[in-house]
Amino acid sequence: MSVSTPHVVQRPSVIGSDFKRFFALAWTLAVTDWKLRFYGSALGYAWTLARPFLFFGVIYFVFTEIVGLNKDVPNYGIVILFSLVLFNFFGEATGGCVSCLVVRESLLRKVRFPRLVIPTSVILVALFNLGMTLIAVVIFGAFSGVYPKWSWFELIPIIVAFTMFAAGVGLLLSALFVRFRDVEPIWDVFTQMLFYASPLLYVASNVPEKYLDLYMLNPIATLLTATRHVAVDPNAPEPWDLVSSPELLLIPAALVVGLLVLGAWVFSREAPKIAENL
Amino acid sequence: MFVPTAAETLDPAHAAARTREPAIVVDHLQKTFRLPHRRYSTLKERVLHPFSSSTYDELHAVHDATFSVAQGEFFGIVGRNGSGKSSLLKCLAGIYNADSGSVAIAGRISPFIELGVGFNPELTARDNAMVNAIMLGLSRKQARERFDSIIEFAELEEFMDLPLKNYSSGMVVRLAFAVTVQVDAEVLLIDEVLAVGDAAFQAKCFDQFHRLKAEGKTIVFVTHDMSAIQRFCDRAMLVERGKIMSIDSPSVIARAYNELNFGQILSEGAGPRMIPDVAEIKEAWFEDADGKRVTALEHGARMAMAMEVRFHQAAEDPWFSLHVRNPARHVVFSTGSTLHLTTTGAFTAGETVVVRVELENWFSPGEYTMTPTIAASGGTDVLDVREDLATLDVHGRPLGGVVDIPHTFEVHRS
Repeated sequence: MSVSTPHVVQRPSVIGSDFKRFFALAWTLAVTDWKLRFYGSALGYAWTLARPFLFFGVIYFVFTEIVGLNKDVPNYGIVILFSLVLFNFFGEATGGCVSCLVVRESLLRKVRFPRLVIPTSVILVALFNLGMTLIAVVIFGAFSGVYPKWSWFELIPIIVAFTMFAAGVGLLLSALFVRFRDVEPIWDVFTQMLFYASPLLYVASNVPEKYLDLYMLNPIATLLTATRHVAVDPNAPEPWDLVSSPELLLIPAALVVGLLVLGAWVFSREAPKIAENL
Repeated sequence: MFVPTAAETLDPAHAAARTREPAIVVDHLQKTFRLPHRRYSTLKERVLHPFSSSTYDELHAVHDATFSVAQGEFFGIVGRNGSGKSSLLKCLAGIYNADSGSVAIAGRISPFIELGVGFNPELTARDNAMVNAIMLGLSRKQARERFDSIIEFAELEEFMDLPLKNYSSGMVVRLAFAVTVQVDAEVLLIDEVLAVGDAAFQAKCFDQFHRLKAEGKTIVFVTHDMSAIQRFCDRAMLVERGKIMSIDSPSVIARAYNELNFGQILSEGAGPRMIPDVAEIKEAWFEDADGKRVTALEHGARMAMAMEVRFHQAAEDPWFSLHVRNPARHVVFSTGSTLHLTTTGAFTAGETVVVRVELENWFSPGEYTMTPTIAASGGTDVLDVREDLATLDVHGRPLGGVVDIPHTFEVHRS
């Protein structure tokens, strides 16, 4: 053995020093969760695609054929699907993060590994799901005349921003949940509020102009408006067309970044004590 | 307490362990848990009782622990339930954050403190082994490369695509152990192993321990199994109420642990009551056919076992008994005065007696320990017990059973 004097001082870590190990762990946990999700079902992995298909079929039919809402919005069904998929990603990532540390209690108490691995794996699973459901959306889009185009590459920064927002909120909630179990019901209600405060069942341009400045402070509203523009309808307004001055959009951007910093700070403060507080 | 026998102090393995470079240095380590009298985990409770949560009990799970473990040493930690040994292990592993003091480790440390952590009953043995190996610190590539040897070692080739929930608990432990021995770490921490598994697999585990030891790995392990401590450890440590009681050779610690356990149980009123200061077992030993005291004997010979007792107070008809245990802690032979004598007679204060049992050595080869006891007449009150006071190594042809009874073997053709 080449080791000489003891030098590594043992403390619980947040990120750890070995990035490869961090990623291998997060990836393994995510894949395991993914496998377990459809474990025991006859169709197995086929459900990851079949489920959004069935779900979207219903939504698409209801909103384009029955409700008849937004007749003036071109391809409204596809706009809804894109928005819903992204919102579901946010909901799944944050909702999964809330209890992730408590669910993984046995690991946290018995293995030393960077604590950040666990929320990271939750977000990875949500990203897998987002990828699969986006495939379903693309297929639906092709059927209703929305074909892939170059501007879809602009979805990448949108998804990155969604991921940052979800990660910030998720880290904050997961660390708080260890101490306060009320976080879960509170967040459930809050997710519902966000659902209606975001352009999912309507488009942002429907919102009365006097509320628009306030409305667009919600990062999800901003991001979904941008999604509609780049993914479905190039004639739809960009987020900055809806607010009185484009600088106002710095606030939702600051919210995303600020929550990520706050979440990371709270998480790293709590991480060394997680194992004993569980 | 006990004086180590000459064999222990002269054992070169122990001397070497103390002169080697340290692998783990623990310096004034302190870990205290605050146990609030009421646990406030909802906001409403916080708001309604904003100040009352300030009352709490302090539990010193690890209290001012200072010790070091040499490279290549097998170090055992023993202690009763709740004595703080697992908390100490968690501080060593970096799972708990120590309040003060430091833990320094040389080389890579295994991140595990328990076998089979993160096993999921729904997943197959294959998936579980992979996940476990990665948690253990292997890369995905290494885990795939070693997968075959893991399954082979665990002897689970036919079952590797079966969900773990269909496994017996012994099979699960086999898989967990098989993964754990693949670890690349130089320092291993293990909490409670080898409790299950059949005899053949246990033997394999013991072989693996010897291999790890030969490779110069440092192992710290926590257990209740005193025979495992004596079998593998170079040194052991006894922990009680968060404090290190003593660090010594395994046999001394094993006896101290048994004494602590037994004495404690007796004083707590569970089981037989301990009456102190009436009689004291001074010594116990094994003899060969010539009456010479020995620690090793050939199988099949005449032998005797004996204890010397000194009475501090007068006693009427005390009951003497002797129990012999094998390495698996089974009592293989037990005898007592009540089986042979209607009364042992009356003894006066200051009297010393020797109790002797002669027998033929039918024990299979292996290591045995003898526990002498004295009870007051009637058998419910114990006067003295000395766990594993004498040891005996029996030599001879190896056999499968616990005893080797004289017998004949014939094959008849009809």
